[in-house]
Amino acid sequence: MENVRIIPRLDIKGPNVVKGMHTEGLRVIGNPRELALRYYSEGADELLYMDIVASLYQRNLDFDLLKSVADGVFIPITVGGGIRSMGDIDNALRAGADKVAINTYAILRPEFLKEAANKFGSQCIVLSVEAKKTGDKKWEAYTDGGREKTGMDVVEWIKKAISFGIGEVVVTSIDSEGTRRGYDLGLTNAVTSFSPVPVIAHGGAGNVGSFKDVILNCQTDAVSAASVFHYQDYSIGELKKFLKKEKINVRL
Amino acid sequence: MSDSSKNNLKTPKVVIVDYGVGNLYSLRKACAKFADNIVISEDADTISSADAVILPGVGAFQAGMEGLRKRNLIKVVKKFAASGKPILGICLGAQLMFEKGYEFGEFDGLGLIPGKVVAFPKLKNAKIPQIGWNTISAKRNAKSAKNLLRGTILNSVKKDPCVYFIHSYILKPLKQSNILADTTYGGHNFCSAVKSGNIYGTQFHPEKSGTAGLKIIENFIKLAS
Repeated sequence: MENVRIIPRLDIKGPNVVKGMHTEGLRVIGNPRELALRYYSEGADELLYMDIVASLYQRNLDFDLLKSVADGVFIPITVGGGIRSMGDIDNALRAGADKVAINTYAILRPEFLKEAANKFGSQCIVLSVEAKKTGDKKWEAYTDGGREKTGMDVVEWIKKAISFGIGEVVVTSIDSEGTRRGYDLGLTNAVTSFSPVPVIAHGGAGNVGSFKDVILNCQTDAVSAASVFHYQDYSIGELKKFLKKEKINVRL
Repeated sequence: MSDSSKNNLKTPKVVIVDYGVGNLYSLRKACAKFADNIVISEDADTISSADAVILPGVGAFQAGMEGLRKRNLIKVVKKFAASGKPILGICLGAQLMFEKGYEFGEFDGLGLIPGKVVAFPKLKNAKIPQIGWNTISAKRNAKSAKNLLRGTILNSVKKDPCVYFIHSYILKPLKQSNILADTTYGGHNFCSAVKSGNIYGTQFHPEKSGTAGLKIIENFIKLAS
């Protein structure tokens, strides 16, 4: 088994890292730069940096803030929020992003994924999917930070996006997000079971065992979490030590 | 990194070649930890006047060569490499140093290192692209491991460090002697760092590989000091 990546997620609103539950009820957690540095020094494998209101308000990312976060962090950063043009991607890459995560605009215009993958390479284009359970083994894709329904089936949507050349997919369970009750294993499995590109599971991380569960049950390539790291339930180093003991390969 | 490590060095001029591909911000930041004079440039004279050149890049082989060609930089980079001063290719930048690339067709590279760039073969239990952290094993023999690495970019890097990869294609040097380190992914062993005299290439991203990667960048910049 390859090293599973542990990816803390920073949800950005204005100048702050925020966190809510089911993508609502946001509370300010702290300063993005300080948190990013802490996670870097604790052994995070990557960072997921998402401006959660940029898309809703049709704004651009705050590239200066992104630069200040990227300054001291020498691990990959995936940046999302309001990306809707080649220029946006270029600006994000020039401000310290290594990859961009795209959700809302890709739903509006799926060909954008193809154009972006052709120009910047598949490895640069991450599809971000916000999934809400609608029935037995059925999930619907949402946009704008879990606010807008799309009517699209999550699995069908991801298959299409992969055919358009995305290099990775991050799947967030809106139902589990912020609850600390564990990852949505059904959802994650529904994606990892067919995806030829790496899958990052997000939403619902609770105790360290919840990481083990999603990694072993779903063969996910990477796991992302926010609350448990923000509120210091345990450090990334402690989590990785636990996973190593459970015979899961991680970078120590 | 403390300022003292900077002061130990003369101030070499390190030029990062901007040919339209790649995220140069973090690379510049990483280099700036070890030298003050870091320039991102697509200008031929600026590149020629450098003490060390870094050829970064992500994306496809052909697009990379096209980016160099459009800016009339192919000769400039070749000439710099021939000058004997240190040059480092990172990821696509390393791939372009080879003679041929086979991504979406067959394309000529810079030809600085004999060999070619090919797709990963079909792997068991591993996805392509390889995205993530993997171990590099520096080429060494039992007797003279240190001697082999001394004076290279892997000098006193901790043994078998984990570094960050993101790629679908791999380096295939013609000569074993050009292999500086190798890596295994999905059961397949491939060359993850190359060296031919002053010419270095890494398939991984040292600027994204935490402290191990920073050490490699520091070593490279020291070559120019």
